Amino acid sequence: MTRNISKESSLGKNNEESVVKGVSRRDFLKFCTAMTASMGLPLGMANLVAQTIQNPQRPPVIWLHFQECTGCTESLLRATHPTIESLVLDIISVDYSETLMVAAGHQAEEAMKKSMEANEGKFILVVEGSVPTKDNGIYCMIGGRTALDILNDVAPKAGAVVAIGSCASWGGVQSSDPNPTGAKGIHEVITDIPVINLPGCPASPYNLLSTVIYYLTLGKLPELDKKNRPLFCYGRLVHENCERRPHFDAGRFVNEFGDYGHRNGWCLYKIGCKGPETHANCPIQLYGDVGSDAWPVGTGHPCFGCTEKGVGFVKPIHQQASVFTATPPALFPDINQDKGVGMGAGGAFVVGAAAGAAVASGVKLSKSLKEKDTAEKEDKE
Amino acid sequence: MNIERRDFFKILSAGAVTAVGAKPAHARKWQHRGRNNDAPAILYDATLCIGCKTCEVGCKKANNLEVEHSSLDEWHGVKNVWDSADDLSTSSYIKMKLYKNGSGAVKDQEKDGFSFMRSACMHCAEPDCQSVCPTSALLKDPKTGIVTWNVDACCGCRYCQVACPFEVPKFEFDKAFPKLQKCFLCNHRIAEGKIPGCCEACPTGATLYGTYEELLVEAKKRIGMEEGKTYDFPVNRVDSDRRETQKVKKYNSYVYGEKEGGGTQYIVLASVPYEKLGLPKLPPYSSSGKSEKLQHTLYAYLISPAVLFGGLMVAAYRSTKKENKEE
Amino acid sequence: MEKLKPIEGKIWTKPFQVLTALAVISVILIAKRFIFGLGDVTGLNDGYPWGLWIVYDVVTGTAIACGGYAMAILVYIFNRGDYHPLVRSALMVSLFGYTLATVAIFIDVGRYWQLHNVFMPNYFNPNSAMFEVASCITLYVIVMWIEFSPAFMEKLQKKKQLKTINRLMFIFIALGVVLPTMHQSSLGTLMIAAGEKLSPLFQTMFLPLLFLISAISMGFSIVVFESIYSSLALKRPIETPLLSKLAKLIPWLIVVFLVIRFGDIIYRGELGLIFNFDLASIMFIIELLMFLIPAIILFSEKNRSSSQKLFVTSAVIVLAGSLYRFDTFIVVFNPGHGYHYFPAFQELMITIGIIAMEIMAYLIFIKRLPVLPEVKHA
Repeated sequence: MTRNISKESSLGKNNEESVVKGVSRRDFLKFCTAMTASMGLPLGMANLVAQTIQNPQRPPVIWLHFQECTGCTESLLRATHPTIESLVLDIISVDYSETLMVAAGHQAEEAMKKSMEANEGKFILVVEGSVPTKDNGIYCMIGGRTALDILNDVAPKAGAVVAIGSCASWGGVQSSDPNPTGAKGIHEVITDIPVINLPGCPASPYNLLSTVIYYLTLGKLPELDKKNRPLFCYGRLVHENCERRPHFDAGRFVNEFGDYGHRNGWCLYKIGCKGPETHANCPIQLYGDVGSDAWPVGTGHPCFGCTEKGVGFVKPIHQQASVFTATPPALFPDINQDKGVGMGAGGAFVVGAAAGAAVASGVKLSKSLKEKDTAEKEDKE
Repeated sequence: MNIERRDFFKILSAGAVTAVGAKPAHARKWQHRGRNNDAPAILYDATLCIGCKTCEVGCKKANNLEVEHSSLDEWHGVKNVWDSADDLSTSSYIKMKLYKNGSGAVKDQEKDGFSFMRSACMHCAEPDCQSVCPTSALLKDPKTGIVTWNVDACCGCRYCQVACPFEVPKFEFDKAFPKLQKCFLCNHRIAEGKIPGCCEACPTGATLYGTYEELLVEAKKRIGMEEGKTYDFPVNRVDSDRRETQKVKKYNSYVYGEKEGGGTQYIVLASVPYEKLGLPKLPPYSSSGKSEKLQHTLYAYLISPAVLFGGLMVAAYRSTKKENKEE
Repeated sequence: MEKLKPIEGKIWTKPFQVLTALAVISVILIAKRFIFGLGDVTGLNDGYPWGLWIVYDVVTGTAIACGGYAMAILVYIFNRGDYHPLVRSALMVSLFGYTLATVAIFIDVGRYWQLHNVFMPNYFNPNSAMFEVASCITLYVIVMWIEFSPAFMEKLQKKKQLKTINRLMFIFIALGVVLPTMHQSSLGTLMIAAGEKLSPLFQTMFLPLLFLISAISMGFSIVVFESIYSSLALKRPIETPLLSKLAKLIPWLIVVFLVIRFGDIIYRGELGLIFNFDLASIMFIIELLMFLIPAIILFSEKNRSSSQKLFVTSAVIVLAGSLYRFDTFIVVFNPGHGYHYFPAFQELMITIGIIAMEIMAYLIFIKRLPVLPEVKHA
């Protein structure tokens, strides 16, 4: 359902009344409904979501970049429902973002300071990239301050902290062995404030949007899993919703890139797909709003496990995943699968009838024998 | 004593053959028992198994077997979508089955967990099926130890099914001219220097080919390894260059098939107790060994029936003589 | 010596017509089995490869047909000529039982066209109890026809051949005792190979001995039962004194049977299983009562002289022995892996048809051949 809506809404119908710039009312409501659904909220709450988004009081967002590639921002820029300009200008108020803001240098730093003071305890802090901790964090400095410094300054004043991307979630690629900068995820540095992790390389922009809107609508953080990821988007394994899953269940595997199975869309497990141990909504949410198959496995590449700490950037790309399917699939016969036919009506009838006849005739004969016996006795007497 | 008895029966059969004046097409192979260390074997490690059923596909391809449908599929009219037999059958020499308890949340856990199990012929060291078969249709190869079925010998009495402790031989009850089938460890592929279809197909090394000795060493090594550590598990065959790194799970304390029922050539490792996986608790000897011993003790050299017969003839002669005279 | 005489009379009677109908149904179903396979008419499956046909028609059927065997032991081996009038009819019942058991085997085996392989030197397997059962049953059927052949010869007035055969009869009588002794015990051995699939209450190395003793006690009981039943049905005088003398043996056989059975269970330390009240224990208790109660009744001289009590107790003992066989082969036999079995309707109809044929043959034979003792009109 989500997929259909995102397709349609990406077409955009500008002739209708616009609520949010560049988006028709119809598309806007569709978007709200889709958001509501992807957040795992009851659809009846779509109106509430719409109201929240239309609220003129746009939530202020401070977006920090540390050790990263800006891929997450890039993917956000390519979001089309809504488009980035309507997101930035109408839905949220990005007060500081090194990539998006026009201001630069001291002017920019000033803007952040002002926003922090004005919205203390209310603004949303989005962090992209990991924090280097080795050698006092000198490996990443912005405006003369280390990333560690900036984070320790900004984070305590934020209403909510969102770590976007695998780097911010646990260190990502920088934290791979031997981790020369001592890169850490945000929640490993900021331990006294709850941090929502939205891992992914890049993270799906819609997961960020949904999380922000969830927070704004309900005034609380969404339910999180053990790795601080919102359950509504990271609650299930890629394996569970994968379009190639039937091939896994039927034992049809790609053995190498370009072979018969690969060309026919078979399961990529054997060439290292981490779908069976990676929690993410990629197979449902997809990427880039271009329709079906627009996600790694859809394009024929095994899942890399970017949303799972300990899998992405840790396990070799072509090493096989450990399968820990939360619930075993139903299509296996049980060890003691029922087989053979039990008592049938016909069989039971024949057995019953035969037994009945035997007992009846037995009783009858026995009775006549008794009569004979007594008659003989009387004869003797 | 065993050999002497064999010789005795050989003489008997030879006598019978000469009496009939015919020569058997091929010399009678006497029944082989025991397990050679270099015999081909399979190790199934349930903790590595991902339940993908590729082994079933590999098996069907290697043996040209038909697609089968579960009773559920048939009920819903599902046909030729995928293979889904309920159990081993004449067209499914191996079958992936599932153990599930409670919520079934954790793999390889007895309570509230699940485990896969791969059913197939165990190629026993002392095969009950071979021992009970009245027509020697099921025979264990003296060299490879592979138990095979001979289409020209079987009379379809199904005693093998009664005797097999693992419920392996399967019979075509729905055919007018039925056959009995079971896994024969792809002996046609082994003869060509290849490995069994299932071992070649398995992506994780859960089904591993090797000699019995190598596999037992490997299995015992795994049991001895510390839980949670990583190990490069060999894939396809035990001496393979291809290895997959996985975490070691907690294994049961013994290898199933090392001793069970006199030992098997298909050995199993798992985390869930073996009885839960449909592998019965068996004494370290085969039940057919017991019945064979009993038969051979009672009828050694046919002495006891001969003595009985002699005594009875004397008694019967006395009684009938009187009778005949009366007439 | 009492004379045996055909009882004559009409064969095509009402009951005979009913039996013919049942037999015809069964023949049609047997044809169906050969065209569409075993699964078409039976409830057999890979877990319960042996069903009603093997267990009733062969294992139980031949045990019930042990009358001839039991009487041969008594009359010829222990030289108790006074039971002679019962021998030929007992032999005849055995003959039909065994002949039809071989027919049933032929219907039951899947690859019947290769059944002869059991006896082929390049295929046979002396390790298998089945090999022994098959060869002994086949030989015994032949031996029994020879034992019974005097009945035909008397009818056809072939005096010379009759004399020769009677002179050589002791060989066949001896064979007719050796062969059932071997295969009735081996029928028990068959299930030793089933190993753990059978509850320890039933699985024992004494299975062959238990099967043999229960078969002999069933044999004596069926002689008593058959004699009383046929006397009633054919309106002939009941030979109560002779039968009550015969019945004296039965309880002792049962005592031996139960002592071995219990002794073995106690020796193996499995006595506690009797009080588990699962399927195996309940069936064990039912069997025990069915063996024990008639045995106790038959120990009394007074009870033995009542034809009614003889009739009922002998019937119960035959049923007890049959139950013991059904339990060992089907009811308590548990292959695991989720298998179920209950005889299918058509499967049952084939067995019923085979029993009908047996009774039809019995009726024809007693009416046309010298089988039953001549009735002396008082």
